[in-house]
Amino acid sequence: MKNSEISLKCHKIVGGYGEGEALVSHEPICFYLTDPKTGIVRERSHELTGKNLANKVLVFPSGKASSVVQIDGLFKLASNNVAPKAMIVKEVETVLIVSAFLVKVPLVDRLEKDPFKIIHTGDFVKVDAEKGRVTVKKRGS
Amino acid sequence: MYLTKEEELICKGEMGKGMQEAIKLLIAIGDAYDAEKMIPISRAHAASSGQEGDLYFVELLADGGAHCKVPTSTNPVYDIEYFDNLFEVPKNEAEVARRVMEAYKRVGAILSWSCIPYMAENIPLYGETVAFSESSATPYVNSVIGARTNREAAQSALAAGVIGKTPKYGLHIKENRKGTHLVKVEATLKDEFDYTLLGYYVGKRIGYGIPVLTGISRLPKTEELINFCAMSNVPGAISMFYIAGFTVEASIVKEAFQGDKPKDKITVTDHELKQVYEELQTTSGKIDFVMLGCPHYTLKQVEEAARLLDGKKIHDGVSFWVCTSATTKTLAQRIGYIDVIEGAGGHVVADTCIDEPCWIAYKDKVGMTDSPKCAYYRRFKEARVGRLQDCVETAIKGKQE
Repeated sequence: MKNSEISLKCHKIVGGYGEGEALVSHEPICFYLTDPKTGIVRERSHELTGKNLANKVLVFPSGKASSVVQIDGLFKLASNNVAPKAMIVKEVETVLIVSAFLVKVPLVDRLEKDPFKIIHTGDFVKVDAEKGRVTVKKRGS
Repeated sequence: MYLTKEEELICKGEMGKGMQEAIKLLIAIGDAYDAEKMIPISRAHAASSGQEGDLYFVELLADGGAHCKVPTSTNPVYDIEYFDNLFEVPKNEAEVARRVMEAYKRVGAILSWSCIPYMAENIPLYGETVAFSESSATPYVNSVIGARTNREAAQSALAAGVIGKTPKYGLHIKENRKGTHLVKVEATLKDEFDYTLLGYYVGKRIGYGIPVLTGISRLPKTEELINFCAMSNVPGAISMFYIAGFTVEASIVKEAFQGDKPKDKITVTDHELKQVYEELQTTSGKIDFVMLGCPHYTLKQVEEAARLLDGKKIHDGVSFWVCTSATTKTLAQRIGYIDVIEGAGGHVVADTCIDEPCWIAYKDKVGMTDSPKCAYYRRFKEARVGRLQDCVETAIKGKQE
């Protein structure tokens, strides 16, 4: 049903289209600290520890860690087809842009509303970076 | 971001696939930061590494016919032949390293394989616009030299080197170069190791920002500044800093803050540096190796290692390593430092980073280093951090007394 979907404007960083179940992290993410074969987050005492980011639409505040490890981490996930389908962030930095660009995962920021208030883990999210639009279908709706 | 006619043609692929990929990456970055346009750079430094993500991009550019437009130096990978003769480096890993090094050659980079290119192979001048990746090189270039660079990734720096341009954002804009934190240094800074501890502490306390240091009474030495830059980027992200009285871009505090107030003030005394030191003492007793040269040792540091080892013998159970650039190694060889270090049982290896698969033989070993950055990468089980003199003494005795 049309009105169960929320449509939000966003700002394209890396283009493309990706859709999937949302996985929300309130903490920054380092892709090096995930299992490259499965996409399961291995970083100790992270809110996503044990969760799988493969094929999800990942919503997180920003990236972290040195350029070499961050890029290599996402690259390995993508090589094994377990990278996220799209990424929505609050703050970008050069390393995260390069990482997403290399593996061709759509990356957007500046949603017109706070993504952490609108999107929850389990919602179904479509990210159309080219058109600058994010569509959220609430879980169970 | 505004694109010139030429940039648009590159983007459409009319200058080849390699340049097209390079400019697309620069445009993505420029758009993300709302850069108005691209600006020319005069040199770049790509923080190459023997890893697969790096290999993918440099081969994409090289296979697509791209060639560096401005001098573009490279970070260390490893001297494959040197390690081949000593340990069993996994064949697939060595193949990635070989291909990375070969692709950087095809793309026309300066094959410096050094993390301190600003010392010899690729030296920016004051005021130059450049694109330098390598988290320890970025702050050196911005602060010590007073050239301008953003905190680049290897790929964005290489793309900038190939196009000869970078998007105008971040530290290319004067307002973004203002200090954020005031750091009152009350600690005694005797040598480069004290600057290692200071850098580590400042990085840890500030995280992300531009510190302005006061209270430093003598002109810091090159090696002290190199260490400060490298270690402040282990627990933090410090792409620029000021030292009142000495750094070129702003020599007085008010100027460094561009008239604004600092976000926060911190004070560093001997007590804080002692705490950092204690935190880095993660092991004691017997050691299997000593690893020096993270960042790469300068000629002066190689000389100091040779002086301390002159006429001595490194303990049978200890491997002793000094990593440096090919330029420094050549000079050290000529002067005789290498003979002294090798005579004592040590190795001096060029082109090599301590964070590479070539160190596989040390996976379960315990050692010592003068660099918290080296200790952090953990290509081994554990490493204690101490002064060079302490490292050499422990290497001779085989254990900490």
